[in-house]
Amino acid sequence: MMIETTNYYRWRKFKNRFFQFLLIMAAIAVLTPILLIVQYTFVKGAGSLNLDFFTNLPKPVGEVGGGMRHAILGTLYLVAIGAAIAVPIGIMAGIYLAEFDKKSALSRILSFAIDLLTGVPSIIVGIFAYILLVVPMKSFNAMAGGVALSIIILPIVTRATEEILKLVPDHIREAGLALGIPRWKVIFMIVVPGSFKGIFTGVMLAISRAAGETAPLLFTAFGNMYMSYRIDQPMASLPVQIYNYAISPFEDWQRQAWGGAFVLIIIVLGINLTSRAIINRNELINFFSELKKKLNSKKA
Amino acid sequence: MEEAKTILSTKNLECFFGDFQAVKGISIDYKEKSINAIIGPSGCGKSTYLRSLNRIHEEIPGAYNKGEVNLLGKNIYEKDVDPVLIRRNIGMVFQKPNPFPSLSIFDNVVIGLKLQGVKNKSLLQEKAEHSLRKAALWDEVKDKLNKPGTSLSGGQQQRLCIARTIAVDPPVILMDEPTSALDPIATASIEELMMELKKEFCVIIVTHNMQQAARVADNTAFFVLGELIEQGASEQIFTNPKQKKTEDYITGRFG
Repeated sequence: MMIETTNYYRWRKFKNRFFQFLLIMAAIAVLTPILLIVQYTFVKGAGSLNLDFFTNLPKPVGEVGGGMRHAILGTLYLVAIGAAIAVPIGIMAGIYLAEFDKKSALSRILSFAIDLLTGVPSIIVGIFAYILLVVPMKSFNAMAGGVALSIIILPIVTRATEEILKLVPDHIREAGLALGIPRWKVIFMIVVPGSFKGIFTGVMLAISRAAGETAPLLFTAFGNMYMSYRIDQPMASLPVQIYNYAISPFEDWQRQAWGGAFVLIIIVLGINLTSRAIINRNELINFFSELKKKLNSKKA
Repeated sequence: MEEAKTILSTKNLECFFGDFQAVKGISIDYKEKSINAIIGPSGCGKSTYLRSLNRIHEEIPGAYNKGEVNLLGKNIYEKDVDPVLIRRNIGMVFQKPNPFPSLSIFDNVVIGLKLQGVKNKSLLQEKAEHSLRKAALWDEVKDKLNKPGTSLSGGQQQRLCIARTIAVDPPVILMDEPTSALDPIATASIEELMMELKKEFCVIIVTHNMQQAARVADNTAFFVLGELIEQGASEQIFTNPKQKKTEDYITGRFG
């Protein structure tokens, strides 16, 4: 038998290279927007950040300076309300879908409803919360904003929990049952804790998504220009504040809008990165202890 | 020598997946302190039969059973019987080693007791050591009980699963092809372990490996297409089978 480099082999090698090239291009295309967004908001926004921006409230039009303390805290407050409502319900619903009554009518309807809910435009979610909570209370209020955000968070958490739990092989559940452990304990003490990382990541993803939403807050939490912690009163948030400042005719406000945009991106990225750091803390600890060892051995 | 007590027996046991009948009326008695092998070609229903002995079969949607499984004279399929209590008395070791991910070696062993409500720490400690010693794993893991169970090798993981099963002290232990995912050395150590377990437990093992059945089992049953073809002392089944089908199978002419 002869082993020689045929034309066919070269052609096959070329095809292989070509498709590899296409995939690398696609990967770069995915990376480009995020890098550009961070870079652009950094260039435009970092300049307007100073201590005042974080500690002060807006100044009257015409006066330079002032900050967005109320909007930064407002965003955290609103997201906390939304998460407090949606995360427990979402995780429970996800567990129900993955672990109980897989083929029942209720779980099929629920599954379909979650797909629909994921697809509902966020402005519609805002209108719903407006009708539900703003109209009867006769005032824009933080609660309505929190509820609107919870509707954004809910389907993401539910779906993430369900998908993560479906990855747990059935023989793990059977092993638990075979030990004479009741089904609900197998689920809550073995299956769910084993998937904690994945569920936590899903929750964080949903929360950072909600932190950046503007539309559901426009006519629910509405926004204001002063510090407020009252759940029955309008509350400022970064996205709405950015929106209002950006469309204003005042240069100083437009400058601050960029600053707000930059802070918002940092918050969202920060949530993502810290959650990753938390779930990978063992790997981090290992990484640093390895690093220490290496440095020590170099010294010696 | 006095006659060994029958601890578990099936009477006309039938197993179904929806309309499909996988096991057709099987009656076998199992004595205490014995190893019992079930052999047969793939798809003969031996795993399904085994999974019906601790009511795990019914966890599959659409699966159900007919007939009787008597544990110390009580039919476990009677209406008022709680499957959870049955499974505490009939443990199971699976084909693939499946320690609980996210649990340490120690917690893997005592999780059954813990979730049954045992809180006494020294008792758990004692049980863990006892079970790991019995599973011939103690010396290998005693210094790393807090490491994840999944960090062990395949053979060690399977012995961990056996330790986990022993910890709740079931008189009967089912094993569903427990060595088919292991290399020959790990297989040998599991077989050795089975001989040890036999001193206390009734072990029922499904296996594809006929040499394994011949080596470790006191009794062997041969299934084809959900039917019991022949059962008896392993020596007789492997040296002097009464049925032509059994002979064909064990000599490799069929299966």
